[in-house]
Amino acid sequence: MMKKLLASLLASLAFVGPAFADAVTGPVEKQATNVTAIVMFLAFVAATMGITYWAASRTKTAKDFYTGGGGITGFQNGLAIAGDYMSAASFLGISGLVFSSGYDGLIYSIGFLVGWPIIMFVMAEQLRNLGKFTFADVASYRFGQTEIRTMAAFSSLVVVAFYLIAQMVGAGKLIQVLFGLDYWIAVVGVGILMLIYVVFGGMTATTWVQIIKACLLLAGATFMGLAALSHFGFSPEEMFKQATEAHPKGQAIMGPGGLVKDPINAISLGLALMFGTAGLPHILMRFFTVPNAKEARKSVFYATGFIGYFYILTFIIGFSAIVLLGQHPEFFKPDALVNGVVDKAHLVSGINGGTNMVAIRLAEAVGGNVFLGFISAVAFATILAVVSGLTLAGASAISHDLYASVIARGHSSEVMEMKVSRMATVCLGVIAVILGIAFEKQNVAFMVGLAFAIAASCNFPVLIMSVFWSKMTTRGAMLGGWLGLITATVLTIISKAIWVDVIGNAAPLISLNNPAIISIPVAFIGIWLFSITDKSKRAEQDILGYEAQDVRCQTGIGAEGASGH
Amino acid sequence: MQPDVVRQVKNNPKYQELISKRSAFGWTLAVIMLVIYYGFVLIIAYDPALLAIKTSDGAVMSIGMPIGVAVIISAFALTGIYVARANTEFDRLTNEIVESVK
Repeated sequence: MMKKLLASLLASLAFVGPAFADAVTGPVEKQATNVTAIVMFLAFVAATMGITYWAASRTKTAKDFYTGGGGITGFQNGLAIAGDYMSAASFLGISGLVFSSGYDGLIYSIGFLVGWPIIMFVMAEQLRNLGKFTFADVASYRFGQTEIRTMAAFSSLVVVAFYLIAQMVGAGKLIQVLFGLDYWIAVVGVGILMLIYVVFGGMTATTWVQIIKACLLLAGATFMGLAALSHFGFSPEEMFKQATEAHPKGQAIMGPGGLVKDPINAISLGLALMFGTAGLPHILMRFFTVPNAKEARKSVFYATGFIGYFYILTFIIGFSAIVLLGQHPEFFKPDALVNGVVDKAHLVSGINGGTNMVAIRLAEAVGGNVFLGFISAVAFATILAVVSGLTLAGASAISHDLYASVIARGHSSEVMEMKVSRMATVCLGVIAVILGIAFEKQNVAFMVGLAFAIAASCNFPVLIMSVFWSKMTTRGAMLGGWLGLITATVLTIISKAIWVDVIGNAAPLISLNNPAIISIPVAFIGIWLFSITDKSKRAEQDILGYEAQDVRCQTGIGAEGASGH
Repeated sequence: MQPDVVRQVKNNPKYQELISKRSAFGWTLAVIMLVIYYGFVLIIAYDPALLAIKTSDGAVMSIGMPIGVAVIISAFALTGIYVARANTEFDRLTNEIVESVK
């Protein structure tokens, strides 16, 4: 039974990928109110509100709102990207996955990391040199604005919406567990704080929330990793030895387990993780906050370092938890204990609050109640930072792409565009809260997986082809992009994650857990086919525009600079 | 951008040098990363036991551990290698090109 359960859990993980603990799924019990955690969290809120107040005074133009004025340094942006990317999911979810299956957790973290070098080599400076506020600026640079921006904005909004709902539901459940607050209070609280940051402080406040959160998370995880390692005399070999003795799976945790079953699913998941990262609108948007290509490259370098270091820490945390949590019977359900001692067979299944709580419990085990409060507050801050970035990206797609470029055809005033973006932020925030509450009891595990798949199958192909292929036309980009988006969505609907787990059918229509291996090629072939067969006037113009685009892309001549302050 | 600026830049031999050097370098590193990562994924898919081999007789640690960490470090190292060259050599070339059309 347990084995079957675990197998199905792992199978669903293989699909949902990054999703898997973005939404802490399943029922959770409300915990006693944690005063230390609340005090620490209030300190974080007070500090970030101060920053928002300061940021608001600097947020005067659209450029300030969308990009923080474009004057953020590469190091700061690297930290902010890491803060945007290291979600509560990676921290709690991956350490939990390492705790339950060992090596498989490492496979996951690696998948999340390897998209970054690719972003660096083929996208970072291109984005910086061609873009202004949103990635659609780059994708639509030489093409028909209406068609490409509509598509890019739609795809951005879909990606943001799914990601945001999953974060909201996860936030509600996590806060319920950590702080002992009601689910709806948690969701409304996250919504209100996020709105204050974004509406008043725009990208400047969002960036600093992400930077502070990244520093807190890295510091907390470092302390935890070192404190845990000290129990093994700082010897990894000793840690692994004791972990294999304490874990019900024994030696099996030292190698790949059931996470990846067959080559096709393995590669498909790898493609979605790698190229999805390179198509996430809130991540791409961060490249417009730095003054030039040089700083854009530095951002990726620092971000990759911080994120990689963080994943190594979560791995140590998960492994040491196997040994250290087993020494604390109070963390386990009563039926997991035999004579007051944790029964080895129930180490994974018997932990209170599920394996997503492993990092939190370890914080308590190595640092006591104060450190537990600190880590809980950091987890809450983490959610805030991620939802702020997402909401800002969604609002920009509405105001900059849909309103200013499509509806007003480029004739809107900056004042009006900012007004629209703030209204869009409020609307997105309200919708996120309503949907967050509506989806409380729903299975939202598929949502971030779908967001990554769409990002990899629509945003990424259009973006990369617009930069590197001179013969792409408006029609090709538009049809290819939509094809990728639709294929990814349909294949996800008929896969296990929705067809079986949400709709409740007995078996999925396809055995593919992640659509990327089909939907990415579909998008590229669509772009190619509908471009080469395009003989329209518009197509001539598109191809003619490549030279000038390429010169700007390669040299930065004519690129957006930083604003004065 | 003015069409004559575009032409001027394109005719600059340094521009050709920049493009060929940078794209060759960027794509080479990208391919190295892809080979490392998908090599790793394919081992997991086809021969997972390979990663579970012990580092030495009597040891508990499997070779998969240092290999996994090495993949993480390689990702970081490759971005570092790119930045080191792009922010010096390529940016110097870029600046010379930009100056020439000012």
